[in-house]
Amino acid sequence: MPVTPADVLHIAALARLGVAPERVPSLVAELNGILAHMDTLSAAKTRGVVPVSSIGAAAQPLRADGGLPYPLARSLENFVPSMREGLLLVPRLATHEEAGEGA
Amino acid sequence: MTLPGSVEGRAARLATAVCKGAPAEDAIGRSYRRSEEIGAGADGLNIVLWQDEREAQEHARSVAHRIDEGESKLPLAGVPVAIKDNIATTTLPTTCGSRILEGYVSPFEATAVARLRAAGAVVVGKTNCDEFAMGSSTEHSAYGPTRNPIDPARVPGGSSGGSAAAVAAGIVPIALGSETGGSVRQPASFCGVVGIKPTYGRVSRYGLVAFASSLDQIGVFGRTVDDAALALEVIAGRDTLDSTSADRPVHRYRYEAGTTVKGLVIGVPKEYFPASLDPGIRELCERALEILRGLGATTREVSLPHTDLAIPTYYIIAPAEASSNLARFDGVRYGLRMTGDGLQGMYEATRSSGFGAEVTRRILLGTYVLSAGYYDAYYRKAQEVRSLIAQDFLDVFAAGVDVLFTPTTPTTAFPLGAKSDPYEMYLSDIFTATANLAGVPAMSLPIGMVEGLPVGGQFIAPHFGESRMLGAAYALEGVLATQAAP
Repeated sequence: MPVTPADVLHIAALARLGVAPERVPSLVAELNGILAHMDTLSAAKTRGVVPVSSIGAAAQPLRADGGLPYPLARSLENFVPSMREGLLLVPRLATHEEAGEGA
Repeated sequence: MTLPGSVEGRAARLATAVCKGAPAEDAIGRSYRRSEEIGAGADGLNIVLWQDEREAQEHARSVAHRIDEGESKLPLAGVPVAIKDNIATTTLPTTCGSRILEGYVSPFEATAVARLRAAGAVVVGKTNCDEFAMGSSTEHSAYGPTRNPIDPARVPGGSSGGSAAAVAAGIVPIALGSETGGSVRQPASFCGVVGIKPTYGRVSRYGLVAFASSLDQIGVFGRTVDDAALALEVIAGRDTLDSTSADRPVHRYRYEAGTTVKGLVIGVPKEYFPASLDPGIRELCERALEILRGLGATTREVSLPHTDLAIPTYYIIAPAEASSNLARFDGVRYGLRMTGDGLQGMYEATRSSGFGAEVTRRILLGTYVLSAGYYDAYYRKAQEVRSLIAQDFLDVFAAGVDVLFTPTTPTTAFPLGAKSDPYEMYLSDIFTATANLAGVPAMSLPIGMVEGLPVGGQFIAPHFGESRMLGAAYALEGVLATQAAP
């Protein structure tokens, strides 16, 4: 089933991508062009075939259920925008301002 | 124990000399002068995105100091290496060729880079690549395309085109790249160098910016088979920071590989030699197989019947995983942030400004195939077909084939701008994506030239069969080098 302009806008919203209206027709054409080739998979006989979930699963040992120390080259203070009382501060958003939230 | 001089690569010879007292700074200086000479910067071939000669020279002096202190057997002592821009380094930016990460310097180092440094290597630069490794030509970089040093009007392949070009241009004997569907082997083929994609799990992915986690793998480029084998030996092995890295012993590939193929059974999959294959490439592959037979190997035609489904399968699974992995680039945690209407507006403005056309296209495609109503038809179906493709390899190896031999790419390097249709570009990976889907190791090595452009031959081995694959490559390279000698 071909992708429509509404589909493109829907998946763009899901993917948090802003798509300019003038770009929609070309994206529709590009995605439909690609998906037409993908449709060849529908002819493959896969009844009873177990889908791959992880190609390296057989070789994957589980580690103990705990965090590992990350080997940072510099301390946190040296690369985050700012810190206060051990917490990382990220830049304020306009929505925070509107809500009148404290910093 | 040493390798015969005829097969020992430039990196090993350089490391030996540095360990015996040759100044490491000289080799690093030569690397930068070579880079200047051939115009590797943004106004030339655009191979190197980020570099810092002063820091590299400081590191070279620290290597010399380690040797003075008694570390006399560093396998990569003073060897200049280049790193693809999607592999984290603490001394240079890691932007993945994207505006969204412009200026980002990682606070941690990729395990593969840390292991190179521990072995004495010196990072001289970060190389250009398709944005987030999505591409087959290195034309999709936010910092402009890389040009092929063999013919600057042509692409170097991709997505690790900068690393392949750095090795081909003689800037470094070794470089790191990454593979998701052929991004090391295809540019290796286009640039006339050696490229290895190890078994999935053989090399830690810690510090490799994720594109499609079930397919991604760090790979190596070398001027020769020995250079690449040495680099692989250094970076391979279990890493507690990557739970998908395999807990299996690392072989000493360079010595175990040997240089003989006597008794080896080489499978030649008929699906990789279609009627449409470039006749020049077919002829060089046949010559390579004749050489291998002359060295005592036997060749056997085999079938990997689901090969024609590899590209559609790959281009469903990889974008699906990418759409999830790239969700983290939202303007809050990394790099670029644009203003927008509310939180959703900020996300959308940031991601739309930060991502290029190809990344946007793949995120949309991936989101679509994972969305309600399409998941079973596309994503689940692709995962089932991936099982069939992986089984093809298991069957052929179980039937007594030791390694497979194929062309690496259906064509030689194409001109910049020649492929404007996305799917036509995706077909560049037609002979390489299967190994990623199956998780098996594969490598490309130069087997000759067609109309002045390099052609790569590909060996594919069973899981963790790198030694066997490298053995065949050493043997073939040795004969080809002799034939090429004046």
